[in-house]
Amino acid sequence: MEGLTLSDAEQKYYSDLFSYCDIESTKKVVVNGRVLELFRAAQLPNDVVLQIMELCGATRLGYFGRSQFYIALKLVAVAQSGFPLRVESINTVKDLPLPRFVASKNEQESRHATSYSSDSENQGSYSGVIPPPPGRGQVKKGPGSHDAVQPRPAADQQEPASPVVSPQQSPPTSPHTWRKHNRHPSGGNSERPLAGPGPFWSPFGDTQSGSSAGDAVWSGQSPPPPQENWVSFADTPPTSTLLTMHPASVQDQTTVRTVASATTANEIRRQSSSYDDPWKITDEQRQYYVNQFKTIQPDLNGFIPGSAAKEFFTKSKLPILELSHIWELSDFDKDGALTLDEFCAAFHLVVARKNGYDLPEKLPESLMPKLIDLEDSADVGDQPGEVGYSGSPAEAPPSKSPSMPSLNQTWPELNQSSEDTAIVHPVPIRMTPSKIHMQEMELKRTSSDHTNPTSPLLVKTSDLSEENKINSSVKFPSGNTVADGYSSSDSFPSDPEQIGSNVTRQRSHSGTSPDNTAPPPPPPRPQPSHSRSSSLDMNRTFAVTTGQQQTGAVAHPPAVPPRPQPSQAPGPSVHRPVDADGLITHTSTSPQQIPEQPNFADFSQFEVFAASNVTEEQDGEAEKHPEVLPTEKASDPATSLRIAQADGKIEEKTAASVPANVSKGTTPLAPPPKPVRRRLKSEDELRPDVDEHTQKTGVLAAVLASQPSIPRSVGKDKKAIQASIRRNKETNTVLARLNSELQQQLKDVLEERISLEVQLEQLRPFSHL
Amino acid sequence: MAVCIAVIAKENYPLYIRSTPTENELKFHYMVHTSLDVVDEKISAMGKALVDQRELYLGLLYPTEDYKVYGYVTNSKVKFVMVVDSSNTALRDNEIRSMFRKLHNSYTDVMCNPFYNPGDRIQSRAFENMVTSMMIQVC
Repeated sequence: MEGLTLSDAEQKYYSDLFSYCDIESTKKVVVNGRVLELFRAAQLPNDVVLQIMELCGATRLGYFGRSQFYIALKLVAVAQSGFPLRVESINTVKDLPLPRFVASKNEQESRHATSYSSDSENQGSYSGVIPPPPGRGQVKKGPGSHDAVQPRPAADQQEPASPVVSPQQSPPTSPHTWRKHNRHPSGGNSERPLAGPGPFWSPFGDTQSGSSAGDAVWSGQSPPPPQENWVSFADTPPTSTLLTMHPASVQDQTTVRTVASATTANEIRRQSSSYDDPWKITDEQRQYYVNQFKTIQPDLNGFIPGSAAKEFFTKSKLPILELSHIWELSDFDKDGALTLDEFCAAFHLVVARKNGYDLPEKLPESLMPKLIDLEDSADVGDQPGEVGYSGSPAEAPPSKSPSMPSLNQTWPELNQSSEDTAIVHPVPIRMTPSKIHMQEMELKRTSSDHTNPTSPLLVKTSDLSEENKINSSVKFPSGNTVADGYSSSDSFPSDPEQIGSNVTRQRSHSGTSPDNTAPPPPPPRPQPSHSRSSSLDMNRTFAVTTGQQQTGAVAHPPAVPPRPQPSQAPGPSVHRPVDADGLITHTSTSPQQIPEQPNFADFSQFEVFAASNVTEEQDGEAEKHPEVLPTEKASDPATSLRIAQADGKIEEKTAASVPANVSKGTTPLAPPPKPVRRRLKSEDELRPDVDEHTQKTGVLAAVLASQPSIPRSVGKDKKAIQASIRRNKETNTVLARLNSELQQQLKDVLEERISLEVQLEQLRPFSHL
Repeated sequence: MAVCIAVIAKENYPLYIRSTPTENELKFHYMVHTSLDVVDEKISAMGKALVDQRELYLGLLYPTEDYKVYGYVTNSKVKFVMVVDSSNTALRDNEIRSMFRKLHNSYTDVMCNPFYNPGDRIQSRAFENMVTSMMIQVC
């Protein structure tokens, strides 16, 4: 039953009636007989009276607590007004006239016009009793008359402990008080766990019998334990036959008695404690439930299967529909079996229903299996076994949480590993299509490591792996492993990693991935790394070479119009030192050109070098080459480029005799792959080591000093251009493939997003419910 | 948003049918009944085992001038039929799918209840609440 809201007049009236009926001055419960008389005086048919008593909960309790009494009075008013007697009507029917009791009060007599009931005797008895109440009756006079307040306090003083006083004196809290107090009856009142299922069930039959006015009912029940219940404001002695559920309220009651001024505070406290929960399970009840559970399932941590539970609860003789509803409420994890918690909740609900309480629509909090530690009531200690069940319904969420931290951990690991490996490992690169792609990836990785720790590569590879595109995912991780032995790539195929990479992807998608995935093409060029190393190079080279190479640089303009390859856009800066070394004297145009055409710069250097090789003695070159070769491992990109070219040249030289210029012209074409490869490779190697720049620059300077004039380099540029064109085309194909893959990833992500949005909409109505 | 929701048992008798009471409910009952033929047709057309969820969702069964009827069948040949108002800003397919998913989940919960005998009418309050939420729908 829901709480009862009473107007001021109603409260006064009811409290007076309560006092009137409370001939024993218990202040908590009214004598049943007196109440019955009162109800009969209300001139309602007997069955209505019975119904009222059942509705208000007195039948459950076997007595009339204050709240029951008030509810009963309200129901009398409802019935007298002709409304159907329902629990909801207590609050829903507005402007209800006060219940009329024949001859109960003088004022009532004047109010009601109906004739007397047959209880003339009662009237007599009432009239005898009336005198005391009239004092209060006057109080109850008119709804609006507050002069009653004075006799009220008088009456209150007569019942100093009457909690009614305080609400009257503090109207704002009173409605709450009543409401809450009345909630107690509305809450569940479970049957005390009696000795066994036998006696346990039998009282149910009694309560449901609906026998005459309550006497049979009340007599049929064994004395209840101390009443702690209800209306916690009443310290009624244990007269009720049914179990109560509020152990804490007893103390509150005593405190309430004390001081009227303190009653409000006590009311509040009472409210809080009594508000706690009509559905709370007391220790005894719980013990009883546990014992019952054991009879079905000896293992307290085990489950009761649905069929066994069905049989057990069918014994309660509740209708199947209600049992079905109880099951729905109590089977929290919807697994068709009952854990100890769920069983206790179900049992409690059955008991409550047996006692006449309506089943709630939702499982009350105190009955919920303890998934997470939200239990804060006194029953925490009572339910030690719940901790063990905490995982049962919440298996899904907790399982996710452990997985998430692991994912989170993996993600940074990937980053670190990639970064470390990127810097440290040299990357063998072969110019095969897949390898080109790998190179791109590696380059991106290396570059991104510098630029962005959240490595678009990681994102990309993770995306690929997640999307179960085995081809691509295998390719990249394998490529990665082959290429640089990134540990991250090893982890990709594993599921947790994939999930983790899912996380990373999601994270990256949230903010940075679009940026990361979109621009991969630009960064893939090795040049970003070049730029970094180039900056170092520049510092060193400029510092070192300015003096040395100027002469040589002056001697050579070879340079070339560095025609930039797209993949080497950043390269110019790299090559600048290179050019600067040998071509410091170049006009401003060349340095400007250099940024645009780094590759050509390479080739120009290469050609120059080749020319220089040609011009120089082969021995000298050979000497230089070996010299250069060992140093090739160094980090200097520019120099290594030339060295690479020199290597190519060396190979050329070894293969054939000193080539003519024509052959020199051709040579650049032949080895382009190798130099490129070397160059790319060297980029990774370049960074770590810078010390050898000076050596290389010195070598280069010497080499450049002997380089041919510009015209020859120009002639070779065409071939260089063609080579660069070829390279660009290769890069294009690689990038195109990347693009298509990324597009696919994008589509998948969008699909995911849509599904998430759908889920969100799905959940939205529930939030409104 | 759904105007009528029905749960049909394997033997093609209704386990649960509910429609917004604004219109003549009988009309909706007829629509559901006729849609059963379409459902059977789709099921037989599919042939293979209905494992994938996509196959559980049958999609638009047939449209009328005012309504559209969507179908969904479970692995145990229990059918869910949903009638939506055409005038409703066209619900996305995903939304219909999610609604069917919810229906299916609630139906499963009902089935799990040991007090529910398969073949009985569905009287679960939780199920009804869920259906109500779908019929009144997003605010």
